[in-house]
Amino acid sequence: MARRTPDGPPPPPVVQRLRVRFAKRGRLRFTSHRDFARAFERALRRAEVPMAYSAGFSPHPKISYVGAAPTGVASEAEYLEIGLARECDPEAVGAALDAALPDGLDIVEVLPAGPGSLAERMQASHWRIELPGVSVGEAGDALRALHAEESVPVERLTKDGRRIIDVRPAILAVALKPGERAIMDLVVRQVTPAVRPDDILAALRIVAGLAPAAPPVVVRLAQGPIDENGAVSDPLAPDRATARTSP
Amino acid sequence: MPVLNLFPALEPLLPKVSKPIQYVGGELNAQVTDWDSVAVHWALMYPDAYEVGLPNQGVQILYEVLNERDDTLAERTYAVWPDLEALLREHGISQFTVDAHRPVAAFDLLGVSFSTELGYTNLLTALDLAGIPLHAADRDESHPIVVAGGHAAFNPEPIADFVDAAVLGDGEQVVGTITDIVRDWKQEGRPGGRAELLVRLAATGGVYVPQCYDVSYLPDGRIESILPNRPGVPERVTKHTVLNLDEWPYPKAPLVPLAESVHERMSVEIFRGCTRGCRFCQAGMITRPVRERSIETVGEMVDRGLRATGFEEVGLLSLSSADHSEIGEMAKQLADRYEHDKISLSLPSTRVDAFNIDLANEFSRSGRRSGLTFAPEGGSERLRRVINKMVSKDDLIRTVSTAYAQGWRQVKLYFMCGLPTETDEDVLEIAEMAHDVIRAGREATGSKDIRCTVSIGGFVPKPHTPFQWASQCAPDVVDDRLRKLRAAINADRSLGRNVGMRYHDGEPSLIEGLLSRGDRRVGAVIEAVWRDGGRFDGWSEHFSFQRWVDCAASAGVDVGWYTTRERDADEVLPWDHLDSGLDKQWLWDDWQDAMAEFEQDDCRWTPCFDCGVCSNLGTDIQVGPTGRSLLPLVPRG
Repeated sequence: MARRTPDGPPPPPVVQRLRVRFAKRGRLRFTSHRDFARAFERALRRAEVPMAYSAGFSPHPKISYVGAAPTGVASEAEYLEIGLARECDPEAVGAALDAALPDGLDIVEVLPAGPGSLAERMQASHWRIELPGVSVGEAGDALRALHAEESVPVERLTKDGRRIIDVRPAILAVALKPGERAIMDLVVRQVTPAVRPDDILAALRIVAGLAPAAPPVVVRLAQGPIDENGAVSDPLAPDRATARTSP
Repeated sequence: MPVLNLFPALEPLLPKVSKPIQYVGGELNAQVTDWDSVAVHWALMYPDAYEVGLPNQGVQILYEVLNERDDTLAERTYAVWPDLEALLREHGISQFTVDAHRPVAAFDLLGVSFSTELGYTNLLTALDLAGIPLHAADRDESHPIVVAGGHAAFNPEPIADFVDAAVLGDGEQVVGTITDIVRDWKQEGRPGGRAELLVRLAATGGVYVPQCYDVSYLPDGRIESILPNRPGVPERVTKHTVLNLDEWPYPKAPLVPLAESVHERMSVEIFRGCTRGCRFCQAGMITRPVRERSIETVGEMVDRGLRATGFEEVGLLSLSSADHSEIGEMAKQLADRYEHDKISLSLPSTRVDAFNIDLANEFSRSGRRSGLTFAPEGGSERLRRVINKMVSKDDLIRTVSTAYAQGWRQVKLYFMCGLPTETDEDVLEIAEMAHDVIRAGREATGSKDIRCTVSIGGFVPKPHTPFQWASQCAPDVVDDRLRKLRAAINADRSLGRNVGMRYHDGEPSLIEGLLSRGDRRVGAVIEAVWRDGGRFDGWSEHFSFQRWVDCAASAGVDVGWYTTRERDADEVLPWDHLDSGLDKQWLWDDWQDAMAEFEQDDCRWTPCFDCGVCSNLGTDIQVGPTGRSLLPLVPRG
């Protein structure tokens, strides 16, 4: 018996790549990456974006995701790239997608992809972590204890079993925001395996016994290249520059 | 009066539970209405996990129908998993709706859709978490009216203590009647309190209020009578039938969950009811007569639904979808319409004839041909005559050969075990059939790489069917027959290794049987099981047979008496006062025909055989063909 192949010509090629920055806000921060991917594919269909598809019997739209924030963590800076079969106005695609997604999954910006890989620009992440029920003094002490260590191994459950990760070398900057509530500003270098906000909280528990009464509220504020001052800069800046100079 | 939003209290708990997304709402096409802008508030519950409950068509239809009214809002609530239940109790947070996170006790009505009896304990969890007294008799004006619907509501007696009312049949219109009555009673200043409201509902003849009926028993434990205990309440309560499905094209904008759910597709019900007459099938009996939706309305619903949801699969639902008078045209035209949109079509495929293969090919025109499903239900020709499932083995093998020759790789066969009159030999014939399927497939394709999966469920006799009098097969007999079947399948190794067998233990079916044909005395067992921690009984990892058996024993309920005992013609059945339209005498005659291995035709193609539904309810079958076609296409993109 010959294996069936799909009738007709192969799917049209990618003629335009768009880079999308989106946010995961409020109660929809509990959306997992898989949940988001399904919702996004449906939004593409509702918005009638002319996607390019892979070949074969179960064609998939061309979407690549970059470093998704963990489930339960809000984010202002999530990124993905889509391949289109027909050239479109990026702003119009952004508006149509935003309208097609539920409130709380919001499109921030859409740009034509410039040269270079987006994933490679993601050198670090900037997180805001609020510690409910922890005083500013306690939080400050904990951060000083963390700074004093050169190495803080934490244990994490991964799909391959238990793993020990040293979080300390990945921390580029961590400080308390000025104010009466304990809110940390944290910049973590993109390493493999990724060091996530949960791992930093585990480290604070190890070095200072810090244990917030309620789950910490975490937001990713930015991810991208590390600039000369050690801050996280906009990963879409090169694409924006290319878009401005091209006709 | 402002109603509390529970989300701020719930939110800090969510990082501690599994799949928190299921509790946050915010789905595409969800609706939130200002509480004070409407007179009547409905909470609609599907008493199972969100992933199972969200796609439920009944809840989605009523959610839209109610929210379209200016004077009404409807929100949804689902069973919470034990991890969240524990946290809600610890923090004193009530059962909440996912739309606006309002406490369920604040609503005027709590409508609960029971597709299966195994959701009963989950109802008790929700009532308890909501702070609503478990027993209807203990509730006052401040509590919601708890209304049960869905197929299990055709015998609500086991939950009669816990619900205020039950509704039989199609919900689209009767929810409007109930809403009007509740609105008027509230606007009049709640005269006569809760008791009067319930009597007003009961007086319609279409809402069953268990409190308005008394059950008396004979010395041997059988029911003597079930009679109204006050004036103005009818002796029998009638089911509801929507007569023109084209006028009720719901859901128009189906809910699209963020969480993964059991059916990720755009479902359109292409007809309601079934007159195939399979004697084990409660759905086929209680949803009569057959009412088709026209090909035009189906075309419109598919188009509108896809635009509203972005789903990539369309399911054409009904009890036997290939029986729609215009299914061929429908499949072809939908396949044409969506050929270039990467949208696939599916339908529950149950009939075994050549037409089905043509149809299946249409549905998979440019997609995968992975698996075809057939449901012979009974292993032997004799047993299929008993259950009135008219499929011959030759037909099946012929169909399967064609399917394999056309590129299908796998065939799934559904059967039941424990059917009336069944012997070991009947069940062992399943092995022969599976072997023949593999042989036919190898012959048709010249390949050894052929799969056949045999899937077997335990038979549970259901109310309002010809088998309502039958003795349910004991679990150890079912388990023993399935062991012998497995051995018979594997006796021929070269064929057996290509046959997969899926089945469940017989024990859960026995409890389902207790709840299906139980009476009011079974309520004590449900409550005891729930108090002992029973939850999510439809999930094998949560279900405990021993707990049910122990609780039945301590409540003085003999499980065998309710399940494995055959009933006589003159026994008053717990649901005799609930009118599904079927004549009890016709059901009895059909039961006798079953014993005589005598088949019954389908009234769509042969003359009426007087099951009673149309004459009792003033309805008629509505079938095409209309000769029309799908609406002209508006090109997408």
